[in-house]
Amino acid sequence: MTEIDAPGAADSRRPAREHEFTVEQRSQTRLVLRRFARHRAAMASLVVFVLIVLWAFVGPHLWHYSYAKFTPDNSQAPSRKHPFGTDSSGYDAYAQVMRGTQTSLKVAILIALGSTAVGAVWGAVAGFYRGLVDAVMMRVADLVLTLPLFAIALVISSRSGGSWYWIAAVIAGLTWAYVARVVRSTVLSLREKEFVEAARALGASDTRIILRHLLPNALGPIIVNATVLVATGILTETALSFVGFGVQPPDTSLGLLVSQAQTAVDTRPWLFYIPGAFIIAIALTINFIGDGLRDAFDPRQQRVRQ
Amino acid sequence: MLAYTVRRILVSIPVLVVSTFVVFLVVVNSGDPVANFATSRQPAPSKAAVAAFARHIHADQPVMERYWHWITGVLHGDFGPSVQSNLDIGHDLFTRFRVTVTLVASAMVIALLLAVVFGVFSAIRQYSAADYAITFVGFLFLAMPVFWFAVLLKQAGIWFNEQTGSQFLGTIGEKSPYLEVDTTWNEFTDRLGHLVLPTITLALVSFASWTRYTRASMLEVLGSDYVRLARAKGLRRRTVLVRHALRTALIPLATVTALDIAIILGGAVITETIFQWHGMGEMLVQSAQAVDVYRTMAWLLLSAVVVIGFNLLADLLYAVLDPRIRYD
Amino acid sequence: MTTTSHGVRDVPVTDAVLEVDGLTVEFPTEDGTVRAVRGVGYRLDRGESLGIVGESGSGKSVTALAVMGLLPGTARVGGSVRFEGTELLGLSDARLSDLRGSGIAMIFQDPMTSLNPVHTVGHQITETLQRHHPGLNRRTARARAVELLGTVGIPGPERRVDAYPHELSGGMRQRVVIAIAMANDPDVIIADEPTTALDVTVQAQILEALQTARAETGAALVLITHDLGVVAGHTDRVAVMYAGRIVETGSVEDIFYTPRMPYTLGLLGSLPRLDRDEERLTPITGSPPSLLNLPPGCPFAPRCPLRRDTCDDTEPALRPVGPEPHFSACHFAAELADTGAEDVFDTVGADAEALARYADATTPDEPPKDTV
Repeated sequence: MTEIDAPGAADSRRPAREHEFTVEQRSQTRLVLRRFARHRAAMASLVVFVLIVLWAFVGPHLWHYSYAKFTPDNSQAPSRKHPFGTDSSGYDAYAQVMRGTQTSLKVAILIALGSTAVGAVWGAVAGFYRGLVDAVMMRVADLVLTLPLFAIALVISSRSGGSWYWIAAVIAGLTWAYVARVVRSTVLSLREKEFVEAARALGASDTRIILRHLLPNALGPIIVNATVLVATGILTETALSFVGFGVQPPDTSLGLLVSQAQTAVDTRPWLFYIPGAFIIAIALTINFIGDGLRDAFDPRQQRVRQ
Repeated sequence: MLAYTVRRILVSIPVLVVSTFVVFLVVVNSGDPVANFATSRQPAPSKAAVAAFARHIHADQPVMERYWHWITGVLHGDFGPSVQSNLDIGHDLFTRFRVTVTLVASAMVIALLLAVVFGVFSAIRQYSAADYAITFVGFLFLAMPVFWFAVLLKQAGIWFNEQTGSQFLGTIGEKSPYLEVDTTWNEFTDRLGHLVLPTITLALVSFASWTRYTRASMLEVLGSDYVRLARAKGLRRRTVLVRHALRTALIPLATVTALDIAIILGGAVITETIFQWHGMGEMLVQSAQAVDVYRTMAWLLLSAVVVIGFNLLADLLYAVLDPRIRYD
Repeated sequence: MTTTSHGVRDVPVTDAVLEVDGLTVEFPTEDGTVRAVRGVGYRLDRGESLGIVGESGSGKSVTALAVMGLLPGTARVGGSVRFEGTELLGLSDARLSDLRGSGIAMIFQDPMTSLNPVHTVGHQITETLQRHHPGLNRRTARARAVELLGTVGIPGPERRVDAYPHELSGGMRQRVVIAIAMANDPDVIIADEPTTALDVTVQAQILEALQTARAETGAALVLITHDLGVVAGHTDRVAVMYAGRIVETGSVEDIFYTPRMPYTLGLLGSLPRLDRDEERLTPITGSPPSLLNLPPGCPFAPRCPLRRDTCDDTEPALRPVGPEPHFSACHFAAELADTGAEDVFDTVGADAEALARYADATTPDEPPKDTV
């Protein structure tokens, strides 16, 4: 009995096998999910957010008005026939808000996915190779970061013709650098860890180390950042559309709907408040989800309640 | 520190050159002003007129050459030709800059003051009802689209004027087109009245994020060993709060504030559009619509200089506030 | 008071500067209530020094913070803490802060984070001087700060007084913290692991500075540590804490020569011996229990080689053992007379005797102390 009695010392004698790593991972995921589930605002937000997404993507197939079709009723207040009312030319606002939510969500989610994918790989490669590669790549990222997001997006998307994927691409092209910086700093600390050393000793290729070992372990900050980007994305897209540089009619977005309704706040308030409320609801729930994830991924957090 | 400042300014020159070049490429390719000119005028201009227009705005030159002409021109105070004839971009830029500076500066000051007050209060009352309320309002404001809130405020301003029978809260423009009694005092209150609503709008988002930042920073400092030692020395709660906690917690806030300038400029564009100010926001929107390359570039150059200036300011401020940072 | 408190000698009340009785501290958390301190009592006479020993999480730091009134607002504190006869628990923060720094001073573990990075060390000393001596002018305060820095062994105090903490080494910073602690001639200094965060080479110097501070101020000392070696050389009495309670207390000699609690024996067994290098250390296997939902019975039972059935049912009280003021919380304390760690734990090698001899030789130079 001369063993050191450190907890876990017994495990270290067992030969490390590949599957232990995955077991470790799975329990880590479960731990994160459990912590997330305890965050009540985040859980409630997740439910609301999922409902909004379902409504925006499934709803148009079930609703009997199309966002692009006139109805004979114009300037009607919300009723059973038109739950969100109609506008002055007779469009059904329910169908329009549904369509606008769909477009805005598509843009926001594409922004988050696009800039996360580019930024994560960019940051991981820079952090992994360090030296000159890192210096050059991060200078490029810094350059992108100095560009004022809204102004540049406005200038570029004036050429978009209003297609949602172009707008998303423009915004993602200006936001990926945030992700790159976060991932790089995480990778810089991870690359010295034992499991990376071990993978390298086993002869794993650089690509494999980056994709299989570094990125999965940087997943926490990456996911948290992606949620922040969804919120940034939706607020930027709607603002662009509001100013007239985003989604163009006949398609619509929540920003465009608010813009079209800004002179009707007094006369047809439903046209103004409802799309605005949807923007707030999406951005708010996403921020709470991000907050919950941050707490869940950050083990230092220990909440004490009175 | 002076040597450091000079060095930083020198280093930022190549950054500015590279960044404006990239932006120039983007802007030149963002549309075709010559085609606009040829198609959008009634009656349709002659071929010769179109060619003259292209020559006037240098659209007939290769991009590299155009950039070179532009940047050397800027050094001499010439910001290049606008698609609008008779528009001096330099003069336009600085007139509008003065308008926008008032808005941005007052919004930043107000957002910062409120953020510190609410953030600190939230932190020292952690987990109280007030803390939860402030946190929730912060989240709400962070999720609030600036343009939506601005329209609401504008409506509220109109309602307020109707109710009080006054014209104090201006909702259109940065000043009234004319004043009945044209005194300095009247002009001042007129401008002030026009400033109120846009300032609140623009301050909103920064207020929300800075409050959350102050709260987090304050909580970290309040939990620090040196605050505990300060309490163990017998210092009163208030003294510890101000001299030890706040003093240290505000250091990172100064940096964050300075670095958020780009976001605030973006917010100013939206705010000015809604309140119909003749500031830089309107300039950007107009020149993007008209694919006015040099006018857009003038805007972006100024904003780049402002952003770089604020970055430098943030670093210098850090050195002033935190004795651990020394630049030589 | 003379009989109720745990492990306290029978001496007249008047000499006690600090009396802690039945102190409990609980922290409500999401997972339940953490009972960090479960009825701790000790008494400190004027000028006396007491060592509190235990593993991390045994409640020794929390006890100290409870005495200072510096626990976070969520903590629930019960029992009694009396300073020169005045009850401190329930006192307003304003009243308490008059006492902090002047009556009771505290030294924390990590000198790297104990000082505010944005103020000079001089300012951080004069601040506490002026707080407790409102009439003191700036120049006098500064002169006193320089003097204090010199006393704790900082070379060139006239220059160092204007230095910022980051310009000083860890050892130097801890000296500054000690200077702050002694600035207002406190009656009690509580040092919470003052040497743990420092290099071994610096530790002895800091303990020396601490002794200087005591000699200068005549303060009683509570020295919290996990290092029995530190206790042996620098305190008169020792209290061993485990799972939020004092499990054994007595004079340094009692604890080192005749420990009566298996945990203490285990602690002594974990000390390296210097004189017989072939011997092995005696570890205590396992780890301390979670203070959340503590099961009934002796909290040390799961790790105790002498565990019997009773140990799982009832938690032993702190009872006197032997004629000296020596107390132990073990059902079988009597059986442990003349037992060494090697008899109880698996391996030989504890050098309790050598340490006890060391304790004898280096018992601290008695500062003004008339109650032994």
